[in-house]
Amino acid sequence: MPRLTKDDTHPVRFTLNGRPVSVRVSPRTLLTDALRHEIGATGTHVGCEHGVCGACTVQVDGEPARACLMLAQQAEGCAIRTVEGLGKSDALTPLQEAFREHFALQCGFCTAGILMTLDALFSRQPDAEEDAIREALSGHLCRCTGYAPIVQAALAARNRIKGGPIDA
Amino acid sequence: MKPAPFDLVTANDMSEALEALHQGGTEARVIAGGQSLVPMLNMRLARPTTLVDITRIPELSRIEAKSDRITIGAAVRQSTLERWPDLADRLPLLHAALPWVAHTQLRNRGTICGSVAHADPSAELPLCLIALGGTVTLRRRRKTREVAARDFFQGMMSTDLAPGEMIVSVSFPARKPSTGYAFREVARRHGDFAIVACAAIARPDGTATLAVGGVADTPRALELSADRTDLDDRLNEFAWHLQARDDLHATARYRRDLVRHLGLATLEEALSCRD
Ligand SMILES: Cc1cc2nc3c(=O)[nH]c(=O)nc-3n(C[C@H](O)[C@H](O)[C@H](O)COP(=O)(O)OP(=O)(O)OC[C@H]3O[C@@H](n4cnc5c(N)ncnc54)[C@H](O)[C@@H]3O)c2cc1C
Ligand code: FES
Ligand code: FES
Repeated sequence: MPRLTKDDTHPVRFTLNGRPVSVRVSPRTLLTDALRHEIGATGTHVGCEHGVCGACTVQVDGEPARACLMLAQQAEGCAIRTVEGLGKSDALTPLQEAFREHFALQCGFCTAGILMTLDALFSRQPDAEEDAIREALSGHLCRCTGYAPIVQAALAARNRIKGGPIDA
Repeated sequence: MKPAPFDLVTANDMSEALEALHQGGTEARVIAGGQSLVPMLNMRLARPTTLVDITRIPELSRIEAKSDRITIGAAVRQSTLERWPDLADRLPLLHAALPWVAHTQLRNRGTICGSVAHADPSAELPLCLIALGGTVTLRRRRKTREVAARDFFQGMMSTDLAPGEMIVSVSFPARKPSTGYAFREVARRHGDFAIVACAAIARPDGTATLAVGGVADTPRALELSADRTDLDDRLNEFAWHLQARDDLHATARYRRDLVRHLGLATLEEALSCRD
């Protein structure tokens, strides 16, 4: 029976934004810390470390989940997607573009997590109604924007993804 | 904060899981979705020396639908049940209650059985299990037993689970004909734990069950006869009987008011949706 002993590090393998990675971590290492400290993927933020704020949200096999509530070892064999897997600064995704156009971020602390939730929502439900968007966003805290611009950006991105005009 | 060190056993089958739990005794714990356990580890409210991950055991990820009951394995995530195509038809109460369990990002990892094992007095799933009169199937190395939900929950976050034992599945009685089911909740924000949550079942013979979570140390059920002339008195008595306490989120008095008003509204909804 595979027992990963507490005082040693053990390899864990998963794909990060499509590329295979392997890191050695102890059983108690959280996925957030493996991403940020071991791999250097600091796009995923850490706020509360108890599941409340949503800053650490990543996609695990396509579904949004809290990286602060996953042991890195539990990611074995999973497809992990983070904000680094969306667009680059010179080629943003329609969702990121809409966030910029609608001022849906100020300090940006919450943004990576929110993008990963909305990105997953639109791949499952490209025509998500405002209710579904708000429901998905309820799992995130933003202390800057007051949420209205985030909802506007999400609606605009949805319209753009559906092929319509960007303005809702 | 970060968890204190622990060994991690990722069990591939039941015998590995039961062996590791047996060896670890009171110092070992199951980790399922981790959505309640990892916050407790991070805050060091829990310091187990061994964690046994059961989510990769194939036989635990089944939803088994029989004519009279739906059995949900310990690795079934809350969002998997939420997307089960037969949910609204076979388990209308859970169909109504599941969207109230935390947020979608948490339901994607959290399990049905993990919520039952955690036994938070405000949690929706233990409430539904008690309301419907479901059962919990427990296993340790040489023993399997089935316990009624009403005996399983013993107090705030305390259950009949013995050291070395785990939940393998929970069973919910399936929808019966001409029976109405309703669920209502008041929370500070959608996705927060309930201040008061109510589940009601109205049967064709006019009898009904109202179960309430978030007030007493476990969800409690009230059985009502077809004669409802004294319903207000029964609800009032029940509200006092739950011994609500003041806390950060609401006063005891507000909770009693909610039991009376939300309880009545939930019952009425269940009675009116019997088809
Ligand atoms: C921000 C936040 C908000 C939340 N809001 C709500 C809410 O509104 N309503 C609600 O009901 N819940 C809520 N939760 C809790 C969530 O639903 C958890 O998913 C659930 O309580 C535990 O399920 P899990 O699979 O994640 O269990 P884990 O966290 O893995 O385990 C929880 C406990 O149960 C034990 N356990 C788990 N599975 C088994 C098993 N098969 N056998 C024996 N013991 C087992 C573990 O040892 C541990 O003690 C919230 C959590 C967070 C972080
Ligand atoms: S850091 Fe994970 S939810 Fe706040
Ligand atoms: S932009 Fe600052 S927290 Fe959301």
